[in-house]
Amino acid sequence: MKKLINQHPTRAGKIVLGLIPFLLLLVLYLGASNARLAENSNDKLLPAFSTFVDTMQRMMFEPSKRSGEYVFWQDTLASLERLGLGVGISALIALLVGVGNGAIPYLRAHLSPMVTAISLIPPMAILPILFIVFGLGELAKIVLIAIGITPFLIRDMQQRVLEIPAEQLIKAQTLGANTWQLILRVILPQVMPRLIAAVRLSLGAAWLFLIAAEAIAATEGLGYRIFLVRRYLSMDVILPYVLWITLLAFIIDYALRLISRWRYPWFHAQTAEGS
Amino acid sequence: MSYIRIENLWKEYGDQVVLERLNKQINKGDFITIVGASGCGKTTFLKLLLGTEAATRGRILIEGQPLSAEPDEERGIVFQRYSVFPHMTVLENVMVAQEFAASPWLARLFGKQRETACHAALEMITAVGLSAARDKYPHELSGGMQQRLALAQALIKKPRILLLDEPFGALDPGIRADMHTLVRSLWQRYQLTIFMITHDIKEGFHLGTRLWVFDRDRVDPQAPGAFGARVTYDLPINGKQSLEDLPSSLQAQG
Repeated sequence: MKKLINQHPTRAGKIVLGLIPFLLLLVLYLGASNARLAENSNDKLLPAFSTFVDTMQRMMFEPSKRSGEYVFWQDTLASLERLGLGVGISALIALLVGVGNGAIPYLRAHLSPMVTAISLIPPMAILPILFIVFGLGELAKIVLIAIGITPFLIRDMQQRVLEIPAEQLIKAQTLGANTWQLILRVILPQVMPRLIAAVRLSLGAAWLFLIAAEAIAATEGLGYRIFLVRRYLSMDVILPYVLWITLLAFIIDYALRLISRWRYPWFHAQTAEGS
Repeated sequence: MSYIRIENLWKEYGDQVVLERLNKQINKGDFITIVGASGCGKTTFLKLLLGTEAATRGRILIEGQPLSAEPDEERGIVFQRYSVFPHMTVLENVMVAQEFAASPWLARLFGKQRETACHAALEMITAVGLSAARDKYPHELSGGMQQRLALAQALIKKPRILLLDEPFGALDPGIRADMHTLVRSLWQRYQLTIFMITHDIKEGFHLGTRLWVFDRDRVDPQAPGAFGARVTYDLPINGKQSLEDLPSSLQAQG
């Protein structure tokens, strides 16, 4: 008998073992739901699966009676647009400032302390300021996401640039590169996959800020819907929405990983990071 | 007049003297191998030549002109590791120097210019024996092949001086012998002036035309940092000598 740390499940075994907790959770839910519904058929806390299907069918495929929109898709689109803009803008700023900071000592001396200071502000604490300054529209929500994740991304980018071996920078100079060329050909391509990795890590926080902003002031969006129907105890909407958000988060993360592996094979070969 | 003159070169870090009173003259085409114990200022000396460190006192002149204080195209370098760009293929790694030179803003070449650059790069890649690996990334190459690539990359700029910082330190003995042949042939073909640091005293002995031994010849036990290292032996190598000809004090170290 081998020691426990040396025993590995087979590939199929891994999948089965990984599925068991999910199945257990499902069975647990079904049991609890059945028990509660048997006691009170109007119970809203743990709806039956048929209720989920009915509700989601209504939200996904029937135009809303009030606005004529397909609520579910409208919510999804609104949220993804905010998330995409917020994360995209953050990544762009992080790339510019982070690479600049990392590569040019004078710029770093200027900006690095401020970035550190900003990164310590709890973004939710300044949400009211954002609403006051930018109004209750889209801008405030996007800015919240940007303020929430940009400092982290900048600091990560700066660190990654500083981690590029000095030998490479010296080599590039002996090959005739000036500062701009060095940033363009040596630093920038090398931090791109690291930016993707950092964005993947920051997505959880981005979702948090998105849903928080939508909960407070919005007229559509996944977070808005969840907090709206909370008043009616509509677990038949909340639970599928949470699952949907989880699925979206997974898909985005997976897509970023695939893009990174496809575009930057050398990066994934030399590090175990992001594999 | 000699090609490179080193005049009374000192390097100190705080009150730690690393190098002191270095006076040397180097002729064009010299192949100098540098040996010495760890912490003896070999790498510091190379950094002074490279321009990443500034001398505390004294100066280095190339053809009468002081060295520029940052790395530039005059001096090529191959380090023990991290010398090649991991995100470029072999061809791109060698071609990038020409792209730096010809395209100041994009640092990329297109069309006819690219073809010319590609041709020159391939020639150099063939010279170091990597033509079969032109589209591979460095992580797909063995250690020896990576160092070949680093040499090709440095030599395409036709540098006047080539600095090698333990370039074969991480290689197997068999591959190391191949690399010695390669370096010697490149040295002859491109008429380079080479400074090469090595830990392998045998390598130092048969590869170059001149062997420098860095050592601290004065040591104050009360203040270990008070005296710096100097070139204690400067031996011409003509290929006939062997390890036995070395002064006995050196053999003890080696």
